[in-house]
Amino acid sequence: MTDLWIHPGMVILVGALLLPFIPRTPAVLKSYLVTVPVLAFLSVLLMEVPEEGTSALLHGQFMVLGWKLTFGRVDALSNIFGHIMTLMCIIGTIYGLHVKDIKEHMAAWLYVAGSLGVIYCADYIVLFLFWELMAFSSVFLVWFRKRKESLPCGYRYLLVHTAGGLFLLAGFVLRYKLTGALDFNLLDVNNPALYTYLITIGFILNAAVPPFHAWLPDAYGEATVSGAVFMCAFTTKTAVYALARGVAGLDILIPMGVFMALYGVVYAVLENDARRLLAYHIISQVGYMVTGVGIGTQMAINGTCAHAFAHILYKGLLFMGCGSVLYMTGKSKFSDLGGLYPKMPRAFVYTLIGGLSISAFPLFSGFVSKSMIVAAGFSEHMLWPAFLLTLASAGTFLHTGLKVPYFIWFGKNNCSKETWEKAAEPPMNMEVAMFTASFLCIFIGCYLPYLYDLLPYSKEASAYAHHVYSAYHVSESLQILLFTALGFFMFTKKLAPEPTISIDMDWFYRKGGRAFFWLARKPIQTFDTWFGEVYRTVGLHPLMTTAKFWSWFDWHGIDGVVDGLARLVRSVGARLRSVQSGRLQYNIYYAVVIVAVLIVTYVYG
Amino acid sequence: MIVKFIEYLRARMKLVIRLSYLVLGLLMVHYGIFVDKSSAHTKMELLFFFWAAFGFIACVLIIFLSKWYGHVKWFGTDFRVMSPEDYYDD
Repeated sequence: MTDLWIHPGMVILVGALLLPFIPRTPAVLKSYLVTVPVLAFLSVLLMEVPEEGTSALLHGQFMVLGWKLTFGRVDALSNIFGHIMTLMCIIGTIYGLHVKDIKEHMAAWLYVAGSLGVIYCADYIVLFLFWELMAFSSVFLVWFRKRKESLPCGYRYLLVHTAGGLFLLAGFVLRYKLTGALDFNLLDVNNPALYTYLITIGFILNAAVPPFHAWLPDAYGEATVSGAVFMCAFTTKTAVYALARGVAGLDILIPMGVFMALYGVVYAVLENDARRLLAYHIISQVGYMVTGVGIGTQMAINGTCAHAFAHILYKGLLFMGCGSVLYMTGKSKFSDLGGLYPKMPRAFVYTLIGGLSISAFPLFSGFVSKSMIVAAGFSEHMLWPAFLLTLASAGTFLHTGLKVPYFIWFGKNNCSKETWEKAAEPPMNMEVAMFTASFLCIFIGCYLPYLYDLLPYSKEASAYAHHVYSAYHVSESLQILLFTALGFFMFTKKLAPEPTISIDMDWFYRKGGRAFFWLARKPIQTFDTWFGEVYRTVGLHPLMTTAKFWSWFDWHGIDGVVDGLARLVRSVGARLRSVQSGRLQYNIYYAVVIVAVLIVTYVYG
Repeated sequence: MIVKFIEYLRARMKLVIRLSYLVLGLLMVHYGIFVDKSSAHTKMELLFFFWAAFGFIACVLIIFLSKWYGHVKWFGTDFRVMSPEDYYDD
């Protein structure tokens, strides 16, 4: 397989572009939908991966405008991410097999292709190209929900990602200007420059690190049922890959990651919508990975990769479980659900497996991955981060392992008669996808070599494999989790769903934007009225009482100036008002584009 | 099958709860007496109830602090993090 190298992203990309020409016969279409991601997965499996310690294999290099673009860099790090992304693409596509609108499949596949493009590229130009492809294709997964809220929600998502992309662009252009390098490798994190931080901001925005995280629950709660399954896997974990590749060992990521892990937990307590709760737990779980990247040791990077791998499967599974409830009943809020276990027992079991995996229960996938990051923290003597991450994992079990299954399948039955009647096990394809993901979650937790052999640093991985199921670690985890469960059942009433939404950082561009326009409009209006007053006293009144000269002067002097100014101000005010009545997103988008143009001209100027 | 099993357990709720308490107790006893604690990171972990207390206190802290954060009136205004569902509607 050395001679012929096939980019797995290319397989998906071509597959997506050919999709409109595939006959609509269900059998043909469905087999095509399954075949393409399977081919991509095979191309990853058959790829030659260089031995540890040797340099990466480079494929698909082109010279464009004097820049060398590299589309294919294969090493252990890109291999493990390519493996899990294509695997998740198979599961996600099967889960969405019943979706008739092929545009949704196309959007999902282009999105996956973007993610794979980022994973296998080796320079910032190609990275940026695919980075933007991800944002601009995944937004359709929100819009295809076709609710009234979907459109503005999609625009907000796009707006934030465009801003993030611009930070990334500014970062690597600045780096190119200063060093002449465009390669996508580890930056000098011990002497970070401005461009290091700009690139990092671009990456952490996609990784949903606070304060750049509010797009995630906003969009993932609003996405289509199968779209959310794709979204929860690709954007944040591709960003984790980019961080691990580009800025491993950047210290500031440690406190950021720990904060993230706890922040997600706090908001998950408050959340009433099951899918938004899961979205906040993505933030929490990615917090572990960001911490791992910040620690940057071999063990920590192993942990980050392992956790990203396990996370994609169990989070996909959780979104599939809650998505199937939404698909069948049309409801995703705890205050509209409850007591569904006799109606959807298998969906309950799958979701519970996802919940136990994310909570790092022994024998489930999270147990063998999450603990590696915590252990890396302890072995670097970072006691605070390690204990705080352990605390966050209690919160994870509290919500995803207990709250989600309890308030959907048990607890107080809040279902309306209609919801109750509609509730039933989801279609076959959804169950196949959930079964596959459940199986993999348990398989990874029980059979260590599958995941550990894929990790970038194999020696560290096999050393850790001896410790992970030690009596101490198992006992510690079981005690934390089961005593968390005790707390949950003692205070279940306290956690009863409340029909509210939680205000988060998106307030600043949802309400704050309006406040900005109010501020811009109000003083101008005041100024306008004030000018009217001046006009009346200085202009109009003397006109009535004084001589012709005053009258002449008023008409030709003051009126000309004052009225002209007033008209000008009024027209500016009107323009601002009309701008405000348009889509706020567009305006901020324009502002961001202008900033980008300014940055680029400044750098090249 | 799954439903039957769940209903079997629900019919014996008291027994299930008692057994769960027993498991919690045994876990602590087992940890205190039998588990090799040489890989402990701090001295605190040598206490037989350390991780049990850690889990329970973590859970209670997360519930109460988060709920406080969600319900408290910020900056003396009516602004709360947990707002009505129509908060962003025009």
